[in-house]
Amino acid sequence: MTDRPPRGNALSEGARQERRLGWLLCAPAVIVMLAVTAYPIGYAVYLSLQRYDLRFPGRAEFVGLDNYGAVLSSPFWWDAFWVTLFITGVSVAIELVLGMGLALVMHRTLFWRGTIRTAVLIPYGIVTVVAAFSWQYAWTPDLGYLAELLPEGDAPLTEQWPALWLIVLAEVWKTTPFMALLLLAGLALVPDETLKAAMVDGATAWQRFVRIMLPLMKPAILVALLFRTLDAFRIFDNIYILTAGAQDTGSVSILGYDNLFTALNLGIGSAISVLIFICVGIIAFTFVKLFGAAAPGAEVKR
Amino acid sequence: MAAVGKTHATRWAIVNVVVVLYALFPVWWIAALSFKDPSTLTDGSYIPTDWTLENYKGIFETSEFTRALINSIGIALIATLIAVVLGTMAAYAVARLRFPGKQLLIGMSLLIAMFPPISLVSPLFNIERIIGIFDTWPGLIIPYMTFSLPLAIYTLSAFFREIPWDLEKAAKVDGATAAQAFRLVIVPLAAPGVFTTAILVFIFCWNDFLFAISLTSTESARTVPAAIAFFTGSSQFQQPTGSIAAAAVVITIPIIVFVLLFQRRIVAGLTSGAVKG
Repeated sequence: MTDRPPRGNALSEGARQERRLGWLLCAPAVIVMLAVTAYPIGYAVYLSLQRYDLRFPGRAEFVGLDNYGAVLSSPFWWDAFWVTLFITGVSVAIELVLGMGLALVMHRTLFWRGTIRTAVLIPYGIVTVVAAFSWQYAWTPDLGYLAELLPEGDAPLTEQWPALWLIVLAEVWKTTPFMALLLLAGLALVPDETLKAAMVDGATAWQRFVRIMLPLMKPAILVALLFRTLDAFRIFDNIYILTAGAQDTGSVSILGYDNLFTALNLGIGSAISVLIFICVGIIAFTFVKLFGAAAPGAEVKR
Repeated sequence: MAAVGKTHATRWAIVNVVVVLYALFPVWWIAALSFKDPSTLTDGSYIPTDWTLENYKGIFETSEFTRALINSIGIALIATLIAVVLGTMAAYAVARLRFPGKQLLIGMSLLIAMFPPISLVSPLFNIERIIGIFDTWPGLIIPYMTFSLPLAIYTLSAFFREIPWDLEKAAKVDGATAAQAFRLVIVPLAAPGVFTTAILVFIFCWNDFLFAISLTSTESARTVPAAIAFFTGSSQFQQPTGSIAAAAVVITIPIIVFVLLFQRRIVAGLTSGAVKG
């Protein structure tokens, strides 16, 4: 622990005061975070072990792991799970490539630097629901400009695969700028002199990118990937507006929402909530263990 | 880099135009829809042939939208205020003080940053109904400020690490306590970082949809993103497309204003928290 003062147990008055102030300042944030996340997730686990139909709250009873059995043996869960994995994998992969391009443009463009940065902040900042409506109207036959480009009678949002790709498109449009900004921060860490030296030595642009920039940017890339993967896995807004999960386009979050608010089944809904929580935990753990992604908090250690 | 070839410049100009078009096109499209009257709504053109403000007049005449707008502004502002105050305190401690448990705090905020909101929806829905804050402002403010706290703590502690230590030390030498040094020296220096964080947190709260549709049931706390998803046409034969487009544009305006005025700060805020160090 680097936090410990050097002089062992004998804390000076100043150090003790500092320590007290540190706890005091953190306490409200810690209490809020614990009360609003740790306690409810515990409560979700408890609810998930009950048969609990909101229409008959009096008949709630303990059923052990039955809800988990019901969810995990249901094709709805697995359909939603694969759809979510597909959307996550494909959109994050596209975003990484596009985001890298966008970061390079922002970093190296000769003019309009401010304009470019302002423009790409708009997809980042815009309300997801607003963007989703824009895409939905664009792809609606007889209404949208993009639907006009398609053969007569095509309604891409009403078929599973076209709809999934359009969901990916909406997701990519909205979140590529965020990815690009995280990568831009990594690009700033690549020293210009190294690149120039490589150029003098005759390295091509591609060689400079692969041999120098990518390795130096690895920490930034991993953080960006981790954040975006977890974020994509939680996808809800875009799907809710674009297809509402029809034609097997629903993500696990959509499934959880539907079980809660359409089927009014608090027990099953909570079991899905807990399963999603576990999935997210597995993804985060895999990233940290497999790729050694430094958690953004780790930097504070020094 | 003194002599830049003409073709080089042209190439960058094309790339830049493509990027700007990419970013703005969907926004332009929904704005165009919002200015079309019902008869030309379906013409599919990028520029309205007959400009009209009817859609905007329409939404501002209904409490369905105006009430939601007030809810959105109020809830996002209050949640931002609380998150930034709590975040500032915690980030100051993280950036400046030595105390056991710091790593725990950082780990915990990281966990919450990764937390899937849907996992909280079912328990919060039940808890809020039991304690009576379901479908109220606090019912949304509480999850918003919690989920934006990690963002606030990261961004702020990154900013705080840039602040010159010496000034604080000087204040302490002059006899100020640690608390006074915080209040009188660091807070004014930290104001730009705090302001930037506030913008990011506000955008986060303004954007939320899942909590907004799950933890509300009437107009009394429903925010705009949730409200427009439930818009119905003014008659049963009319699609609400125009109204939705107009409402969508209205809630995009603050985002555009922030981005235009504070582009530099927002970029700095988003990039500093993530990679620095």
